[in-house]
Amino acid sequence: MRMKRDFTKNWQIYVMILPVLLYFLVFSYLPMAGIVIAFQKFSPALGIWKSPFIGLKNFRDFFGSYYCGRLIGNTLLLSTTTLVFAFPCPVILALLLNEVYNKIYKKAVQTISYLPYFISMVVICGLIKNFTASDGFVTQIVAALGGEKRNLLADPALFRPIYVVSDIWKNVGFNSIIYLAALSGVNQELYEAAAIDGAGRWKQTIHVTLPGIAPTVIIMLILALGGLFNVGFEKVILLYNSMTMETADVIQSFVYRKGLTDANFGYSTAVGLFNSVINTILLLTANRISRRVTETSLF
Amino acid sequence: MYRRNVAYRIFSIINYLFLGLLMVVCLLPVVHVLFSSISDPALLKVHTGLVAWPLGKPTLKGYEIVLSNSRIARSYMNTLFYVAASTALGVFLTMMGGYVLSRKSFLLKKPIMVFITFTMMFNGGLIPFYLVVKGLGWLDTPFAVIVPGCLSVFNIVLMRTAMMGISDSLYESAVLDGAGHFTCFIRIAAPLSKPTIAAIVLFSAVAQWNSWFQAMIFLKNRKLFPLQLVVREILVENNTTSVTSGADVTSGALSQNLYKYLVQYSTVIVTILPIICIYPFLQKYFVNGIMVGSLKE
Repeated sequence: MRMKRDFTKNWQIYVMILPVLLYFLVFSYLPMAGIVIAFQKFSPALGIWKSPFIGLKNFRDFFGSYYCGRLIGNTLLLSTTTLVFAFPCPVILALLLNEVYNKIYKKAVQTISYLPYFISMVVICGLIKNFTASDGFVTQIVAALGGEKRNLLADPALFRPIYVVSDIWKNVGFNSIIYLAALSGVNQELYEAAAIDGAGRWKQTIHVTLPGIAPTVIIMLILALGGLFNVGFEKVILLYNSMTMETADVIQSFVYRKGLTDANFGYSTAVGLFNSVINTILLLTANRISRRVTETSLF
Repeated sequence: MYRRNVAYRIFSIINYLFLGLLMVVCLLPVVHVLFSSISDPALLKVHTGLVAWPLGKPTLKGYEIVLSNSRIARSYMNTLFYVAASTALGVFLTMMGGYVLSRKSFLLKKPIMVFITFTMMFNGGLIPFYLVVKGLGWLDTPFAVIVPGCLSVFNIVLMRTAMMGISDSLYESAVLDGAGHFTCFIRIAAPLSKPTIAAIVLFSAVAQWNSWFQAMIFLKNRKLFPLQLVVREILVENNTTSVTSGADVTSGALSQNLYKYLVQYSTVIVTILPIICIYPFLQKYFVNGIMVGSLKE
């Protein structure tokens, strides 16, 4: 009754929200309903209504297959390596930038380090390929340091280092922004008080700066942990090749290949669902921990 | 005080040098590409290692080939169209969503907020998403690139937060003058949240300019390809034949081979140039954009 009265009075607001709801209904909730094909022997000809149900067979096939362990291992290794090496970099960059007192120099470092973030993944991967080819300039540097001249992207052992280093290059500047914002929020009086107590800059950093930005660092870390199963698979698809599958192939690139290249829809949806469920669990756990630890949370 | 300290001065010098090195590392690949793209093709072909200065006599041949190539030109126009359409649609919907969810009096605010934010926590995955777009009959149509993904929960929340900062008294006096929600939205909410709208426009446009995956899975017709897909072919799959063979340079395998690298580098520059020109102006929006991430009430 109240609804109805509100609707007659405020019908315009309902008209405005309608397309937004429709968007999410079609592009987010319909695909969720489409998950049923994970339990089907889906064939495009029969469609979602007529394809036969086969219970958990798709899941059994995946968990029993050779790929399962390899994909989960690769996904976790790639994301944890990225986390371990790439996560601290923007924090350190922000701390170093905080010690730069020449405004123009600081601005220049910031602007230029943001640049790689805005270059498209396709171009970045194309350049990685070009630079790590047997005559590329990164290969030259590696060769000068005692390596041999060869196509670096053909070596499975080098896939993760290449992925992580390029990730740092692309994101370090942009990701430092949030820490710089946190740094500017640290109470200046604390520095003065520490200085009066005889603390040098190093001590001030340890006792004032770091505790000041700790909440931001912690929430970013927790969010990163929540995304551990969510690897940047676009980059993987652009960079991997038949020689590096054993280290490069992650769950989502497998889902893409099985589903859209091999048209194995049901199986691929099942693998994707497995990944989505883990993602959700990790995200919610991370969110809960974040709320406990820092009193900030995403949801 | 500490700034006069010897140890701090030494640290400071090392710090400035290190950050200088960082700038070089960030710029080097771009510089390499820029100088390679205007190098002498014959020298470039045999050159290995970094190109820190144009090799031989600078030439614009690469750009001539790239810009006169009908496939690249077409994909460039496609990308411009996709960027404009997707950004316009996405930002318009984001503004409406943000406005509605910012009105305290709106009865369904809570459930709709839950409805929208739940999509951040769980999704149906790639294949069901693909099948939905296919079911709409959008495969191989511009819609597949423009509509799905034009709207993001994050941006709606950003918009809503900006619009919640607008004083209620403005709305009240407008309503007294007989204004409905449409008028409030167009006359009050939209003009007063211009900075946030600008930020969302710029970020959506950059994201759409750089996107390729959706186009790859949904488009088979080469005439609809956005720039990034053509770049992927030229650069990642290392296949320049379709570009060099169509050019008005002396045809044949020899010249294709000769111009291959030049074409690759020129294409990169043509692709990233608009972004490089825009991104410094986005900077002032960065912090706001990142900080307003909290979805809580």
